[in-house]
Amino acid sequence: MPSVCFYFQVHQPMRIKRYSIFDIGRERNYFVGGEGKTNNEMILNKVSGKCYIPTNRTILGLLQKYPDFKVSYSLSGVFLDQLLEFAPDVLKSFQDLVDTGQVELLNETYYHSLSFLYSKEEFREQVRSHKKIIKDLFGVTPRVFRNTELIYNNDIAREVENLGYVGILAEGADHVLGWKSPNFLYRPKGTDNIKLLLKNYRLSDDIAFRFGSKDWKDYPLTADKFASWVSGHNGSGNTINLFMDYETFGEHQWEDTGIFNFLSALPGEVLKNPDNNFKTPSELIRDFDTVGELDVPQYMSWADIERDLSAWRSNDMQHEALTAVYELERAVLASGDEVLQKDWRRLLTSDHFYYMCTKWFADGDVHKYFSPYETPYDAFISFMNVLKDMKIRLSESEKQKEHSVPIKKMYAQT
Amino acid sequence: MKVLMFGWEFPPYNSGGLGVACWGLTKALAELGIDVVFVLPKSVPIGATHCNMRFADSYGEISFRKIETCLTPYITSAQFMNMKGRVVGMYGGSLFDEVLRYAELARDIVRDETFDVIHAHDWLSFLAGIEAKKMTGKPLVVHVHATEFDRVGGGSVNQFVYEIEREGMHYADRVVAVSQFTKNIIIEKYGVPEEKITVVHNGVEEKNFIGVVGVPEFVRQLKKNGKKIVLFVGRITLQKGPDYFVNIAKRVSEYMDNVYFVVSGSGDMEGKMIEDAARSGIAEKFIFTGFLRGDELDSVYRSADMYIMPSVSEPFGIAPLEAVQQGVPTLISRQSGVSEVLSHALKADFWDIDDMASKVVGVLEHKSLQKTLREFSLKEVTKINWKEAAQKCILLYNKF
Repeated sequence: MPSVCFYFQVHQPMRIKRYSIFDIGRERNYFVGGEGKTNNEMILNKVSGKCYIPTNRTILGLLQKYPDFKVSYSLSGVFLDQLLEFAPDVLKSFQDLVDTGQVELLNETYYHSLSFLYSKEEFREQVRSHKKIIKDLFGVTPRVFRNTELIYNNDIAREVENLGYVGILAEGADHVLGWKSPNFLYRPKGTDNIKLLLKNYRLSDDIAFRFGSKDWKDYPLTADKFASWVSGHNGSGNTINLFMDYETFGEHQWEDTGIFNFLSALPGEVLKNPDNNFKTPSELIRDFDTVGELDVPQYMSWADIERDLSAWRSNDMQHEALTAVYELERAVLASGDEVLQKDWRRLLTSDHFYYMCTKWFADGDVHKYFSPYETPYDAFISFMNVLKDMKIRLSESEKQKEHSVPIKKMYAQT
Repeated sequence: MKVLMFGWEFPPYNSGGLGVACWGLTKALAELGIDVVFVLPKSVPIGATHCNMRFADSYGEISFRKIETCLTPYITSAQFMNMKGRVVGMYGGSLFDEVLRYAELARDIVRDETFDVIHAHDWLSFLAGIEAKKMTGKPLVVHVHATEFDRVGGGSVNQFVYEIEREGMHYADRVVAVSQFTKNIIIEKYGVPEEKITVVHNGVEEKNFIGVVGVPEFVRQLKKNGKKIVLFVGRITLQKGPDYFVNIAKRVSEYMDNVYFVVSGSGDMEGKMIEDAARSGIAEKFIFTGFLRGDELDSVYRSADMYIMPSVSEPFGIAPLEAVQQGVPTLISRQSGVSEVLSHALKADFWDIDDMASKVVGVLEHKSLQKTLREFSLKEVTKINWKEAAQKCILLYNKF
């Protein structure tokens, strides 16, 4: 009896506006007031209208109609920051979902960052701050972790286990699984208790990528057809993990593809077969044992056909930008300047490096589709210019501290 | 399939991109099995073996004569009259008489040749193409490499040239535009129905081997001292945005003091460019090489850290692709056809000096950016070839 486990990723980066060398030292609002697709407030409002508001309404209706329907979300901290600032009504609609008790929230890094790859301290700090904001806004404490873009390997699993989580999510990549099925739970190599949930990428991508594609052989995808594929796994798996971006609904697949009708009909169709049910990640972990160990020494992710790290670091620009931003870590933290620290962390968001990706760029692939910049080169230039400005700010705050020391000393003496 | 083509210039007797494009296209057509008879208005020794050459001025007794002439496809009537006083040409009258004369002389060639399609390149040969169609009833393709609106770069359009262009486009069975950018101009300014126009992007001849070319001495000296070089290649005319290049140079110099600006080309705005640079106090940062071709041009490309094309209105623009072939990162005007086919380049609006300058500094300051641009554009440029352009033309011919 396969359980269906939905996990939706909800994330919006703070995009850097076009930031030229002439802005350095003058303009400190890197993320505010951008033109076109770099205007974060405008993007958030647009996606809220097309996706978050209607999808949350649909999901809420389904949760009320089917008490056995369950879903899970991971809401990035940068996304929640933007809801707090620009769209409190959307935040409220997510809170309403969580209040049903049928929704599980997962933890991730607050800034949707690649910090695990560059700084374990920063990684832990971001996991901690994400846990806190989820507790503050939703009153729950997540027990399951998903790393940025499902970036995963044995080391991450071990680290996450040490942080106290009972489960972790990853891509069910063929090159890692081989003959193994993603429809079971596994024990990551080198861990004791944590359980690994793997994305069934075929069925997930049928919804997320192929749903509206007219040249797909299974087009049009109906809820009963999809439910029959789920039921087809009876006896050959514990769970069908459907992991996808939440923006699938209404933003990547537009409303006119029928995606909302599909979503509305799906729980009913799945539950028609009494062998099927819905579970959240924690429920899977509670109800199923692992079937074996999975050894993933190399990093994998859910990005692109390569499902590795190449979306964020395959060219020299990406390497330079990543190295340069993490080199500032110590100085930024030492500055004690909270505004500066927040800005710096916003620069750690993985999307900035994704926009610099040149892989397949000329073929107009998804990187181009999702990028607010005309070219990967523009993304790089704005990013590096912002880093330069940040260095100026660092030296300014350094000087201020120098000045403040003698004053403090004077006070101490008197 | 046999095509009668009317052109105006052909390498090595070319003053710019039109001749290069005609060479590339005819060569690729010949390789795909198309017979091309290429007609030029005047006799010049052409080394091409891939198509039959005909010279309208000496038809019947092909003689190889170098004719001193001031005709180029890029000249305006006023400039022509001005230059005529200094050049001893064998032609009488104005540029427009030359165009009319070409159409008349073309008649003899048309009478003797058999062909299936007529293909005329740019306005100077449109009348010859029209004449050929009138005589034979064969389908006419006019190929627009540039319009009068591009050439005057925002200035006032010559009515006579405009009329010929317009007549050619309307009389033709099919119009080929070298870019979507040009297609839009043809629709908006010439009133040609959209469905009559096909976009055929130019290609660039593959550099099979990069010759071992020395770096010019002045460049070697600069480079030795850690100086950076930003390059402009093209005719120094309003269309190519030389004034914007000076403004970009000025802005970059405010930020970096080790950058030199090399201008390779000649044209009527050269004097103004020098004056502007001097007025901006950056004259010593400018180096004018004059018009270069072949190895000399290659060596300048190779020594550049970056190439800029700030054109005001560029129907296509082959130079950035040549720069890419030499491994030079490029920044190109969005108001160009080449920006439609080259993704791995930086792009900016020609009037946005700050954006242009910021991108120049970005490239000069970051080795990783240079390397990535170079690596990916080199890969991309191999796909921008004449074979593809020729195939599109053949598809067009086959529809008649």
